[in-house]
Amino acid sequence: MSARAHPDFLWRNPDPRPSYDVVIVGGGGHGLATAYYLAENHGITDVAVLEKGWLAGGNMARNTTVIRSNYLWDESAAIYEHSLKLWEGLSAELDYDLMFSQRGVLNLAHSLHDVREGRRRVNANVLNGVDAEWLDADEARAFCPILEVGGHTRHPVLGATLQRRGGIAKHDHVAWGYARGADALGVDLIQGCEVTGFEITGGRVRAVLTSLGRIAAGTVALAAAGHTSVLAARAGLRLPLQSHPLQALVSELLEPVLNCVVMSNAVHVYVSQAHKGELVMGAGIDPYTSYGQRGSFHVIEEQMSAALELFPIFKRVRVVRTWAGIVDVSPDASPIIGTTPVDGLLVNAGWGTGGFKATPGSGWVYADTIASGRPHPLAEPFGLERFTTGALIDEHGAAAVAH
Amino acid sequence: MQLIECPWCGPRDEIEFRYGGQAGIAYPKDPAALSDEEWAGYVFMRDNPRGWFHERWFHVHGCRTWFSVRRHTVTHEIGRDPGSPRREEFG
Ligand SMILES: Cc1cc2nc3c(=O)[nH]c(=O)nc-3n(C[C@H](O)[C@H](O)[C@H](O)COP(=O)(O)OP(=O)(O)OC[C@H]3O[C@@H](n4cnc5c(N)ncnc54)[C@H](O)[C@@H]3O)c2cc1C
Repeated sequence: MSARAHPDFLWRNPDPRPSYDVVIVGGGGHGLATAYYLAENHGITDVAVLEKGWLAGGNMARNTTVIRSNYLWDESAAIYEHSLKLWEGLSAELDYDLMFSQRGVLNLAHSLHDVREGRRRVNANVLNGVDAEWLDADEARAFCPILEVGGHTRHPVLGATLQRRGGIAKHDHVAWGYARGADALGVDLIQGCEVTGFEITGGRVRAVLTSLGRIAAGTVALAAAGHTSVLAARAGLRLPLQSHPLQALVSELLEPVLNCVVMSNAVHVYVSQAHKGELVMGAGIDPYTSYGQRGSFHVIEEQMSAALELFPIFKRVRVVRTWAGIVDVSPDASPIIGTTPVDGLLVNAGWGTGGFKATPGSGWVYADTIASGRPHPLAEPFGLERFTTGALIDEHGAAAVAH
Repeated sequence: MQLIECPWCGPRDEIEFRYGGQAGIAYPKDPAALSDEEWAGYVFMRDNPRGWFHERWFHVHGCRTWFSVRRHTVTHEIGRDPGSPRREEFG
C-alpha cells in the first residue's frame, strides 16, 4: 500500500435528490465512466447514476477483461483504439492501480479461411494505426510456449494475429476507480435504485420513476447493458437488441503458466491467466434469449474440450466456478450509441460480448454526446439510424467468440 | 441444459436443436411498398422481453421440424404453443 492511506469507503452513499441535469441508468462500467467524464471533461456534475443492485455487479463483475482494439472496420478500429489509448493512461488518471497488463492477445487461425481472414484483419488494423502482426505457427508457439500447434491435434494452429498492446485489467478496480473519481467530482452514485418507468410528455423525457421515487432529469442516459430492451420498452421504444447469456469460468489458482491472452473463434474458446493465478476462460453466447444469468452446461463442455486441444498441459486443472452474465447483442455485433426518438433519452447499448475493453472509450464518447447534444464523431456511425440506412458495421468476425 | 419438447419426437436435449428467434415474424405481404423504416422493423427489430417469449426452435439433429414454443426468459420454463402442430397432425 502506498503512503496514501486507503479510505474506508471509496464513495458516499447519498439519498437521491428530486432532480438532476443528467440521470444515468445503470452503474456498470459504462455508466460510471460516463459519469466520470461528464464531470471531468465537461464540468457537468449535477449527475446521478442509478443502479438497481450494487455498483458494478452486472456484466462489469462477470466479464473476462480481455482488452484489444484489433477490429476490422474503420469505425470500430477508431472507437476501440481510442479506448485502448485511454487504458494506457488510466491508472494514472484515476490514481488507482487497474492492473492493466499489455501482455498481448493472440487470435488463432485453424484453417485456410481463418488465415486469410486474420491476415486481412492485420492489414486493415495497420492501415488504421492499430498495432497488429501476423505470426506463423512457429512464431505463435514461440510467443506462447504452452500452445499446442502440432499436426496431431484436431484443430492445428496455422498462424495467429497478435496485438501486443492488448491484454487484461482488474475489472473491479476499473469500476471502483471510476466510481471514486466521479463521486469526488460531485456525482451521486445511488445504489438499490431501480428505474421502473419514464415520465414522457410532448415527446420529451422529464423524469425517471424509480423504486426510490420520481427523479426529474434534463437528460436520461441509458447504460443498462443486457437490460436495455426492458427499459426501452418502458419508454415505448423497440431496439434491435437481443439479450443472451454469456458464460465464463475460472480454474483453481496456478503458478504463472500462460503469458498472454489466446482466443480462437473457430474452436470457440479463449483463455488468459489472471494476476491471482486462475485461468479465466470463456466462449460464445448461449443461442437463446435469456435474463436468467445462467447458461447451458454443454457450452462449457465444448469450450473445455477446445481448450484442452490447444493446451494439453491444462488437462488436470480443475474448474472452480462458472457463471453467466446477460449481454445485449445487436444485429451487426456493434454498439448502439446516441439519441432515440424520445427527446432527452439517450442510449448506449449493444456492446454485447465485448464492452469491457470499451469502458473508457464508451464513457468518453457518451459523456460528450450527452454534454453537447450531438453524437461524438467517434460515436456517430453507431447511431440507431444505421439499421434503417443499412450502413451496418458488421464485426461478427472480430467479435463473435473473441470478446 | 434445457429439455425441449419437439412436437414429433417428444422431449429431447437442447443440443439437438437450433434456436430460431422470435416467432410470428411474417414476410411482408407487399414488400415493394415498405418504407426503409418498415424494412428495418421487419429485418432487425425483435421483442426482447423479460418474461414469456413466443419463439421458434428447429430440431436440426432430429426430425428437422420447425416449431414454436412459449418460453420464460428468466426461469427458462417451456410451455406448449397452442398454434404449433401436434404429433397426430403429422399424418
Ligand atoms: C461472461 C462475460 C465475459 C465477458 N468478457 C469480456 C471480455 O473479455 N472483454 C470485453 O471487452 N467484454 C467482455 N464482456 C462484455 C462486457 O462485460 C460488457 O459489454 C460490459 O460490461 C457492459 O457494460 P457495463 O459494464 O456498463 O454493464 P453492466 O455492468 O451490466 O451494467 C449495467 C447495469 O445496469 C443496471 N440496471 C439494469 N436495469 C436497471 C434498472 N431498471 N434500473 C437501474 N439499474 C439497472 C444493472 O444492474 C447493471 O449493474 C463479457 C461479458 C460477460 C457476461
